[in-house]
Amino acid sequence: MIVRILGEGQLQVDDSATDELNVLDAALEKAVNSGDEQALRPALAALLDRVRSLGTPLAEDAIEPSDLILPYSDADLEDVRELITGEGLIPG
Amino acid sequence: MSVMKRVSLIFKSKANKALDRMEDPRETLDYSYQRQLEMLTQVRRGVADVATSRKRVELQMNTLQQQQNKLEGQAKQALGAGREDLAREALSRRATLQTQYADLETQYHSLQADEEKLTAASQRLQAKVEAFRTQKETIKATYTAAEAQTRIGEAVSGISEEMGDVGMAVQRAQDKTAQMQARAGAIDELMASGALDDVTGTGRDDIQAELDQMRGGQDVELELERLKGEIGGAPKREIESGPVDGAAQPSPATPAEQPQAGESS
Repeated sequence: MIVRILGEGQLQVDDSATDELNVLDAALEKAVNSGDEQALRPALAALLDRVRSLGTPLAEDAIEPSDLILPYSDADLEDVRELITGEGLIPG
Repeated sequence: MSVMKRVSLIFKSKANKALDRMEDPRETLDYSYQRQLEMLTQVRRGVADVATSRKRVELQMNTLQQQQNKLEGQAKQALGAGREDLAREALSRRATLQTQYADLETQYHSLQADEEKLTAASQRLQAKVEAFRTQKETIKATYTAAEAQTRIGEAVSGISEEMGDVGMAVQRAQDKTAQMQARAGAIDELMASGALDDVTGTGRDDIQAELDQMRGGQDVELELERLKGEIGGAPKREIESGPVDGAAQPSPATPAEQPQAGESS
């Protein structure tokens, strides 16, 4: 599958990583839902780090939609909320 | 629903809107390509903005550094003149500047990181726009409605996602740059007001003024003594030998260059 980390680009990640990433994503989701800024930072960092270490960057000239898109690394609670509601997103 | 899936869905729906806009899919390609070129311009401008901001912060850091050095010099000078109070004042101002400097340094590194990220994003987009242009021409040349629909869909949603990402990155960098510009402007104003001490030395620097006054006071005293000696008619070398005529309380004439810690004021 192709995963995009916003602000960093796309990576090819093996499908076998799905379960592991889902666990990390669940922690992030929990932090977002409970509005816990303290928990959000490490949860996001853990998810992104795992994707970075598992994935291989896609060629720069590859034009492919991603299967999953992750928030940028310095996103705070408000940023993530905007991302999942589509606010602040510039339509292409 | 999971965060990664929700973000992906948002991006997909934006891409689909771009696709639905046109009746003829080939128009979608041209329209998307136009948008890509605009976005490239925007990203490059974004990189330039961040670079400008970084340079400004760099200049301010240099100025603050010079100012800190100057204050340290003043503190030494004041101590040499036995003015611990003045030295203390100079050092406490220097401490304020150190805090400002540390703040600027953080900003500087943050801008540097943004600049690198945006430059990389700009290169990625550039490579994709070029690839898209080639694909676009191929799709148009071999156009059959059914096939084109799918290929156009993929190409456009792929690039649309990239543009959404880059567009956001530029927006964020520009927001951040604007904030930093405002803070940089505030520091400039603070410097201009003399509150942080004035680097231009236009007379607002009260520590320097006091040090100058002290030295000036000494110089005047010395000059006064020299004149007294001359009026007394005594040749310089004789002054040391004692009173001549009515010369009132002569004291040793000292060359003006010789620094002397005086008790004056």
